[in-house]
Amino acid sequence: MTSQVIAAELAPEPAGVVFRTCPVTARRIHIGAERLIKVHAVCSVVSLLIGAVAAVLLVLTRWQAVHLLPAVWFYRILGVHGMSMLIFFIIFFEMAVLFFASTVLLNARNSAPKISWIAFALMLAGALTVELMMWSGRADVLFTSYVPLRAEPTFYLGVILFAVGALVTVGVFFANLVVAKREGRYQGSLPLVVYGAMTAAIIAVITLVHGAAIYIPTYLWSLGLMEIDPQVYRMIWWGLGHSSQQINVAAMVAIWYMLGALTIGAVVLNEKISRSAFVLYILFISMASAHHLLVDPGMGPAWKVVNTSYFMYMAVLASMIHGFTVPAGMELGMRLRGFTNGTFDWLRRAPWGDPGFSSLVFSVVVFGFVGGITGVTIGTEQINIIVHNTLRVPGHFHATVVSGTAMAFMGATYYLIPLIFQRKVAFWKLAKIQPYLFAGGMLIFTLSMTFAGTFGVPRRHWDITFSQAPFDVQFSPIVDLVLAVVALGGLLAATGAFVFIAIAVKSVFFGEPLGTITKGVAMAGVPTGLTHPPVHALDVDARNAALHDPSRGIMGPAPGTIVLVFVFLAAFIVYFFVNWKMLSFLWRIG
Amino acid sequence: MHIDTHTGLDSPKGVWWKPAHASEKVWVGIAFAWCMVLFAMMPLWHWKGGQNPSGIRSRTTPQAFSARVGEFITRYQTGNDRGMPIVTPPPGSDIYLAAVAFQWFPILKLQKNVEYTLHLSSLDVNHGFSLYPINVNFQVVPGYDYGLRVTPNASGDFRIMCNEFCGIGHHLMVGRVIVDEGSAVASTSGAVQ
Repeated sequence: MTSQVIAAELAPEPAGVVFRTCPVTARRIHIGAERLIKVHAVCSVVSLLIGAVAAVLLVLTRWQAVHLLPAVWFYRILGVHGMSMLIFFIIFFEMAVLFFASTVLLNARNSAPKISWIAFALMLAGALTVELMMWSGRADVLFTSYVPLRAEPTFYLGVILFAVGALVTVGVFFANLVVAKREGRYQGSLPLVVYGAMTAAIIAVITLVHGAAIYIPTYLWSLGLMEIDPQVYRMIWWGLGHSSQQINVAAMVAIWYMLGALTIGAVVLNEKISRSAFVLYILFISMASAHHLLVDPGMGPAWKVVNTSYFMYMAVLASMIHGFTVPAGMELGMRLRGFTNGTFDWLRRAPWGDPGFSSLVFSVVVFGFVGGITGVTIGTEQINIIVHNTLRVPGHFHATVVSGTAMAFMGATYYLIPLIFQRKVAFWKLAKIQPYLFAGGMLIFTLSMTFAGTFGVPRRHWDITFSQAPFDVQFSPIVDLVLAVVALGGLLAATGAFVFIAIAVKSVFFGEPLGTITKGVAMAGVPTGLTHPPVHALDVDARNAALHDPSRGIMGPAPGTIVLVFVFLAAFIVYFFVNWKMLSFLWRIG
Repeated sequence: MHIDTHTGLDSPKGVWWKPAHASEKVWVGIAFAWCMVLFAMMPLWHWKGGQNPSGIRSRTTPQAFSARVGEFITRYQTGNDRGMPIVTPPPGSDIYLAAVAFQWFPILKLQKNVEYTLHLSSLDVNHGFSLYPINVNFQVVPGYDYGLRVTPNASGDFRIMCNEFCGIGHHLMVGRVIVDEGSAVASTSGAVQ
């Protein structure tokens, strides 16, 4: 609808800028931008493949009964897994999202094609350099590369190249927004999804500046040109390391809003509330570095309390707001389409066979219930004493960045394949169950890992039987069992990831062309959000006003969501205080 | 109330700064209040709680800390286990533990219910102090002396694992802390030698 209005008043495009019109959504799509989205998405999936192979090797090593890799290769592959997943897979995908949001969603062109390709080349060169250095054993410093552990200088240079490329792409994103506005490609304010992507881009700038501030000195240090204090390294490195997770959060939440709209016609409950929550991310996220330094010697309690709480948990507040507005918008969207019975009829009758929808739900639920609750709890200054560097830490962040962000990105891919690559989704039956496999595996993995961590089982550790250590350490037999369950969950999730990769590669490179979609007719390989677009009725505003009527009381337009968020709050409160209780049993420490 | 129904993919029409529904406002209020509770627990625990990572923090150097540990061992050594000195410091004293790839030294012999100031530092890279099996974890950073006042509340033979990756022998790095019951220890500690 919006695009038709705009089409009437289009400013002429510069020469050589070619558009196509999407047959499904009627959006104008810049072919040049589309090509960039494709190459970034492909690099992302290749990185995911490397990371997932590494993941299988790692879980089969930490499963003590199998103990697959020798020590050197365990630590090396652990570094590869971290960089491939947390940096290359995620950031390549985010760059694709930035191009998508700033061109396709605004009916606009990519304003700087040459610079975009140079930036992409930098990122690719950086990623290849880092992979080469890690695989060849010249950078056995793990993901965090804490100084004074030393890698060869070229490793740090590779990271810098990648970061510079990403920073340039973020710049192109901002330029695209300005050009789209100036050329009148959209009217009024940015759509919420683009606003969320913009939030991610702003946090990316903060993050990448921290990255430059630490990796450039570290490169010089590795060449013997300067000294670096190990504590200062940890502080600034985590300004990069944790803030980059907030790029993921912002991008993921933007995709939540997008998938909600595409799959079930989710509406924006209130722009003011959702946008303010995004602003809270920007304002309070850069203090996130402190989370990692709670039991470090370099900082005092006042600094820790203020910074770890993101200045009184204002960013947690933001996530709790999105945790309400996203499902509430989905519920309201369904109610406006006529699914008005009871409290949860809208949820029961949602398209659970649409992998875009199931991915969205699992992403929201696991991110919130597991990732969010554990994250805030273990990031509390004192509770961190019983958490720091145990398996509870990877238990937490696999629930946020894998079950949350990666799952959301997979869900988005099921829509990008038909909309951008113009192919049917291959292995359609497998695609429908892939989110269940991946999220289910990840849920087992993260919960069991968190549980193992409560026994003090260290993360990043090759052999917790300590068979060659000078003094014996004997963990409870329960730990062996739990680590086997961790492996089982990890293998299930990795299978889900391989299924996703197979689907993506087959669809993109050997896929059946999309062909014509007939509205209302189900089609194998096309998500229901496209064959049965969730269009609202003409009198939708009136229906919406009726659902908002004060006579409906405090439960308002989304009563089901109110129930869900209070279940969430109860779980949060219980988990938080159980941890304080556990802490109180320890030696007195101060 | 006029309502503009749109998805997150559409530009909102006109001014979008509009009042939210009461249910949304209530949730934001409750979430904010909960965030305040989360925040308040930290200063509260500093005031009333028994476990805080504050410590006495100061700068040091690997050389200076190594010398301090050497002095500590010479003064209070009461035995050794597989070449690693066992040190029995007087109750209430400052005690020193050095991390170096891939060892924690010396072995500490403490008394239950007595407060010591445990100084941790590293002589090379980052290490992770993880007291097994009670799961107490601290980061050990070269160049920094982390002085933690600790009071063991149970006797036993404890281990210190390293839980920060410190190199290829990381998983071999295990130290030892022995906590004896009450005051009887002072008279029997000589027997170890």
